[in-house]
Amino acid sequence: MFDSEFMRLAFAAGAVVSLLAPAVGFFLVQRRMSLIGDGIGHVAFAGVALGYLLDVSPVLTALLAAVAGAIGIEWLRSSRQAAADQALALVFYSGIAGGVVLVSAAGALNVDLFAFLFGSILTVTPEDVVVVAVLGAVGLTTIGLFYRALAGLVLDEEGARVAGVPITFLNLVVTILAAMTVAVSMRVVGVLLIAALMVLPVTAASRLAWSMRSTLALSMAIGFVCVMAGLSVSYYADLPPGGTIVLLAAAAFVAASGVATLRER
Amino acid sequence: MSFGYGGGPPVLRDVDLTVTPGELVAIAGPNGGGKTTLVRIVLGLERPDSGSALLFGEPAHRFSRRATLGYLAQRAQLELDAPATVEEVVSAGRLAAGGLLGPLRRRDRAIVDEAIDRVGLTSVRRRPLAKLSGGQQQRAFIAKALAGNPSLLVLDEPTTGVDVESQEALGALLNRLHRELSVTVLYVSHEFGAIERYVERLVLVRGGIVFDGRPADLPAVWHDPSHQHV
Repeated sequence: MFDSEFMRLAFAAGAVVSLLAPAVGFFLVQRRMSLIGDGIGHVAFAGVALGYLLDVSPVLTALLAAVAGAIGIEWLRSSRQAAADQALALVFYSGIAGGVVLVSAAGALNVDLFAFLFGSILTVTPEDVVVVAVLGAVGLTTIGLFYRALAGLVLDEEGARVAGVPITFLNLVVTILAAMTVAVSMRVVGVLLIAALMVLPVTAASRLAWSMRSTLALSMAIGFVCVMAGLSVSYYADLPPGGTIVLLAAAAFVAASGVATLRER
Repeated sequence: MSFGYGGGPPVLRDVDLTVTPGELVAIAGPNGGGKTTLVRIVLGLERPDSGSALLFGEPAHRFSRRATLGYLAQRAQLELDAPATVEEVVSAGRLAAGGLLGPLRRRDRAIVDEAIDRVGLTSVRRRPLAKLSGGQQQRAFIAKALAGNPSLLVLDEPTTGVDVESQEALGALLNRLHRELSVTVLYVSHEFGAIERYVERLVLVRGGIVFDGRPADLPAVWHDPSHQHV
């Protein structure tokens, strides 16, 4: 499997994605914002289409669109212009509708686009791996630096607000991290499935963990195992990698729930 | 001062209240009477429509020493999904004073340890909150508020979901902390039985302040403020 360059590239990109997505998802899930990754993913789809239309890197345009969408959701939510679910719906549908219109204008309704939507190990290029590695390193370093602050927000946002902690800035950090994760991950799992990789490993880890730190570490470990196993299975069974990885993550949740239930007896 | 949400009818009308530093004050009244609103105005989270709210001499919404405010929000502990340990919860109390980046410094860790010790949770410091009783969970959040070395400690409905025995223990703990730390405490609750014997002053809120004095001077008709007396 590793004789093929495209598999080596896919595994390299997958390794970064498998650690970053659950790490960012950890803060989203704990704050009951699990679906924000889905909303951003749909905006990233519009960004990919814009890339095709303008003939520039779709990863770059997806990143810019995802950041803009993420900031939009956060602004709508925090300024109370719309309820959280309405803000998400607005960005969600605008993103997918914008993507369809732009794709049509670019005449790019082809296999390449399908790969962005659902992931494809065949399309990961050496340039993609460099972008993924750099953005992944930035994301994970940011989480490492801000872990204590972001965890504090999860634990008691109102108390932190009273104590003068810069809530808006920290919320922005989380939403931009989510946007980066979507852009980084779309080659491997696709923009429509990336949210699952941000959420499912975290919900599985929550069933087994004994602290916040252990939840984060277990989430990343589960994400890593699912992506590595998913890529391997998709290679040998000729299955789409995004769907395979997400199904394995869902299976991990079922298994973790089973273990937790047995442990409580 | 007076206040109404979104320009609506006033939730609080003609409130005139001064708390002296170092006081332990119980703010009681029926649900919906405006207790939490009053506290949010005191903390600068809401601004009065008329009049003003001052915190240690500064406008509450522009208070410059926010890191010295300890706040236990209503039912904060019950909304927690993460399997956080006592230590993790209390460490979050050093966020404002200890900076946002990197791990806690040694000095901040010592303050966290002291706060955990003060509420008697040292033996369970590494246990997830979900494995503790309601009373222990509340003590963990009180320790979190203490970890900021507060000059004002505000506890909003701290006895919610806590059994009677733990409520008594919580009252005794607050009394001890108040004496040891000389911190100003606002204890907000729809009932104040757990703390009645310790407070020097009781403020009854129902759309405004309807009683302000020693609990012993409270007219009998008000003694259960959750009832709808006029």
